[in-house]
Amino acid sequence: MKRLGKWRLLPLIAVIALLAGCGEPFLSALQPAGEVAQMQYDLMVLSTLIMVGVIAIVTVIFIVVMVRFRRKSKDEIPKQVEGSHTLEILWTVIPILLLLVLAVPTVSATFKLADVSSMEKKNEDGKSDALVVNVRANLYWWEFEYPNEEIVTSQDLVVPTGEKVYFNLKASDVKHSFWIPPVGGKMDTNTDNVNKFWLEFDPAKADEAGGIFYGKCAELCGPSHALMDFKVKALPRAEFDQWIADMQSVTEPVQAETADAQAGQEIFNNSCIGCHAVTPANTTPEQARMGPNLTDFGNRTLVAGILEHNEENIKNWLKDPESVKPGNKMTGKYNLSDEEIDAVTQYLMGLKVQE
Amino acid sequence: MSTYAQKKGVGAVLWDYLTTVDHKKIAILYLIAGGFFFVLGGLEAMVIRIQLAIPDNNFVSAGFYNEVLTMHGTTMIFLAAMPILLGFMNAVMPLQIGARDVAFPFLNALGFWLFLFGGLFLNLSWFLGGAPDAGWTSYASLSLASEGHGIDFYALGLQISGFGTLIGGINFLVTIINMRAPGMTYMRMPLFTWTTFVASALILFAFPPLTVGIFFLTFDRLFGANFFDPTMGGNTVIWEHLFWIFGHPEVYILILPAFGIFSEIISTFSRKRLFGYSSMVFATVLIGFLGFMVWAHHMFTTGLGPIANSIFAVATMAIAVPTGIKIFNWLFTMWGGSIRFTTPMLYAVSFVPSFLLGGVTGVMLAVAAADYQYHDTYFVVAHFHYVIVGGVVLAILAATHFYWPKMFGTMLNEFLGKITFWLFLIGFHLTFFIQHFLGLMGMPRRIFTFLPNQGLEVGNVVSTVGAFFMAIAVIILLINIVITSVKNVKVGNDPWGDGRSLEWAIASPPPFYNFKQLPLVRGLDPYWIEKMEGKKEMTPAEPLGDIHMPNNSFIPFMISLGLFIAAFGAMYRLDYSWGLPVLILGLLVTLLSMFTRSIKDDHGFHIHKEDLIDEDKGRKA
Amino acid sequence: MHAEEKMTNETWPASPEKATLEAKNKFLGFWFFLGGETVLFASLFATYLALKDKVPTADHALSKDLFEMPLVFLMTMLLLTSSLTSVYAMHHMKNFEFKKMQLWLGITVLLGLAFLGFEIYEFNHYVHEYHHSFTSSAFGSAFYTLVGFHGGHVAFGLLWIIVLMIRNSKRGLSLYNAPKFYLASLYWHFIDVVWVFIFTVVYLMGMVG
Repeated sequence: MKRLGKWRLLPLIAVIALLAGCGEPFLSALQPAGEVAQMQYDLMVLSTLIMVGVIAIVTVIFIVVMVRFRRKSKDEIPKQVEGSHTLEILWTVIPILLLLVLAVPTVSATFKLADVSSMEKKNEDGKSDALVVNVRANLYWWEFEYPNEEIVTSQDLVVPTGEKVYFNLKASDVKHSFWIPPVGGKMDTNTDNVNKFWLEFDPAKADEAGGIFYGKCAELCGPSHALMDFKVKALPRAEFDQWIADMQSVTEPVQAETADAQAGQEIFNNSCIGCHAVTPANTTPEQARMGPNLTDFGNRTLVAGILEHNEENIKNWLKDPESVKPGNKMTGKYNLSDEEIDAVTQYLMGLKVQE
Repeated sequence: MSTYAQKKGVGAVLWDYLTTVDHKKIAILYLIAGGFFFVLGGLEAMVIRIQLAIPDNNFVSAGFYNEVLTMHGTTMIFLAAMPILLGFMNAVMPLQIGARDVAFPFLNALGFWLFLFGGLFLNLSWFLGGAPDAGWTSYASLSLASEGHGIDFYALGLQISGFGTLIGGINFLVTIINMRAPGMTYMRMPLFTWTTFVASALILFAFPPLTVGIFFLTFDRLFGANFFDPTMGGNTVIWEHLFWIFGHPEVYILILPAFGIFSEIISTFSRKRLFGYSSMVFATVLIGFLGFMVWAHHMFTTGLGPIANSIFAVATMAIAVPTGIKIFNWLFTMWGGSIRFTTPMLYAVSFVPSFLLGGVTGVMLAVAAADYQYHDTYFVVAHFHYVIVGGVVLAILAATHFYWPKMFGTMLNEFLGKITFWLFLIGFHLTFFIQHFLGLMGMPRRIFTFLPNQGLEVGNVVSTVGAFFMAIAVIILLINIVITSVKNVKVGNDPWGDGRSLEWAIASPPPFYNFKQLPLVRGLDPYWIEKMEGKKEMTPAEPLGDIHMPNNSFIPFMISLGLFIAAFGAMYRLDYSWGLPVLILGLLVTLLSMFTRSIKDDHGFHIHKEDLIDEDKGRKA
Repeated sequence: MHAEEKMTNETWPASPEKATLEAKNKFLGFWFFLGGETVLFASLFATYLALKDKVPTADHALSKDLFEMPLVFLMTMLLLTSSLTSVYAMHHMKNFEFKKMQLWLGITVLLGLAFLGFEIYEFNHYVHEYHHSFTSSAFGSAFYTLVGFHGGHVAFGLLWIIVLMIRNSKRGLSLYNAPKFYLASLYWHFIDVVWVFIFTVVYLMGMVG
């Protein structure tokens, strides 16, 4: 019995070792970096354990059957057994009990994850005390609007660590799904309604992941579905407040400094500003915000969500967007020479609200 | 009247198959067509795995990849797995219940031709401007935004083949209720017949919602309707509901017959009656019933709210109970048995643990809160391939070896069969087991490429290697089929030696009227009972008499052809002026064919008693 | 009993619609088919309820503006009566009274045609008076699809009964065609039942608002 006890722990250790060792900390759901992901991870471990138990029992019976009951002679006729009520009741009742063990935490967690009452509570100003982000998914890019702070940014979601962040989710063209694997499960962005949920970003784990999490679109949305990534910068509250303040301070487009960049700004104002804003105010209506907001472009971690952030990649992207993200909505909307693209690149690299 | 004609020309054989209403020939047609689509879907799978073998791969373009993944899913489910299973149902079920034919031989043929023309229509999209690219689920916002005619091919093709499946379902239901041989009570029916029965009921009730959903999609895309356009008051979640109200039972339409096939094989090669037969039947019915109560677990992240999510989570978990009953019943059928590891038995034995893995991840997916992580990732891809490949495809391969002698009168080579089995089994686990982890490591499903340095490289290359194993296995199976057919060594009634049900009591392949005299069924496993009493044949339940048989007909082909033509008209109506006339022409062909069927009396023909006796003498001589 | 037997008043069985095996199969299969049809209409009803009065702008007509009781009531009465007349027809079929059956089926067809005529008028009226069309809104799409599917069933049912009547007009009843008549009338009842639901769910509930 004692020896059996030790053996019983083995699957537990094996499961946890197997689950935890997998993937990169900025992308893997197996390295939870927040309350939601942790809750989900615990459910995964619980369900996996129960299931490993079931598999173990079946495996034992299976092996015995395979070894003991091979045909030994051509003429042997085994006893024709109809069944066994005891056994049949046993393997009906035990699974039911196991499922109950699983069902209770499932229901409880499902309700907990859907609790967004704090974002509905409004204070005197008609705003919520909790941090709310409106996520709008578009064909291959993401917009993040902070309604209380009245600013808009794109592609890089900036959030404070250690507190609940509430999300309003919707899509403006086709259905997408908003997913930051290490921080929590996904929620669809529908075209018909606004979905709500919350996430919490763990400060220590954020550090481990280098302060950046990868976000993904999890619903097939067209050719570049695979490339519809975004980044999450999880900052301590003070730094987050600073970022908000810096963003809010940009009320006019930042003027370019070098001559090249100034030329670029002029070209940008002629060719690009129709879709891309360079001020963060959320006063323009959504329909007019046709491309990602570029106010803080110089501080982006990646170009177009997937390429390393450097001048060369920006130029490549501007020259032939189709080759980078097939099916995107920017291709063919402008006509710039190589020199003009160089200038615009200079200008874009200078768009930073923080140094 | 195939057995009377001796040597026939190619044209005559072709005409015979184009007009046949014999369930055994229709079964062969289903196998050929379904097998063709299975290979096609397999090639599409290989394209997917080659593209994903390394990060940033350029083997195919993003748009083409989406077409391939859509067609892989759609082909495998609608045009490969289901038709092949319908083929085995056609081949075996009427024999198992001791019937001379199905209840509606004409509709049986119609069902096949509708399926084939629907499948051909869908696949012609490759040559006519591009295949559908919105996934086999074809969610409405994307399927409306999709350019070209790909999605129209999807909608119209599936509509046509869906009618065929529905007809097939009704046919089997009535056959099983009305056509059983004397003594074949419900609780003496072989489990494959039972699962056919329940799967047919599922087809009957699950396909209409898909029909409606596809009508909406067609109307929206081609006729200016606004079901799924939110700016006009529409709602895309309606599509999700309709699709999954169909889609979830569809999974059971596939897996229940697979359960049936394995129940037959396990009990046959263990030389033991099925353990807990009544509870197996009960579990089958219960799974079928619960299958309709759980569709929204495919929509946990759609935002239905915690109440709906919890209800559907718990309902989904409940399905694990009857499925568990089955697993244990299979194990205990083998327990105390006398197991002979033939190729079909190898598949059946390996199915138990393989399917168990798919089953337990199913329960994990039912945990709604955790599913927010699993949903639409490779974890889900791994899960449903474990269920579909580990369950349905293994069953199809097993049944191919098991019933081949009954259908064609010759045995597939066992040695090659075992090679196929091992390659396929290893390849299957190699391909899909690792995908559970890929999903949890952050890989969404349906992505045409992935970026380097995200920890996804190793898993994907392993998966691709596994896929090649499966491909080689299928090639060896095809070689086996060719070799076997060329050699054509004839076998007797009960080639495996351990047959238990009625199909093994008659010749391989059976004469076109199946049973000269309807057999008297005295219990479960009727042929086994007779064998144990030392008899070689079933006791007849009736004196030798005339046998009534249906006439062949070309009308099913014409009805289906009309819809096939009409679908082109409907699709090109907005592009070309000839669209509308072609639409009307096609519908007229269909309606006139139906009209012909209605006004032309068709009483069938009789095989006379004397001919049956003569034939007997001929065989003995 | 065989389908080809020449029947007389004496040999005519009590349930000619299921006297042969073929007939029994048809009888059962058709019930299953109606089961599938029920799910089809249930899906259409559910969609209609979800999209009812869902229009893009406020100037679109809603269900409370559209429907008028007198017309719909008249249509309901026509269809209910036609169901009754088809019952008479089947009564005569069971009594081997071919001529009377044909007469009552004829009346059924006329009532059905009248219903269809009013339905066409009704649709035309909505399109021209209220600009409520198949393409004007999601509500329009759902309404015309649900009611139109029913209308299509009525048209198909009429065609079916007419073909049966003409085909068999010269040769009277047999065990081969009795099940066909019976199933056509069963289909007709089904259409009637669906209409009762449409009358309630679409029209009555629509007028209440």
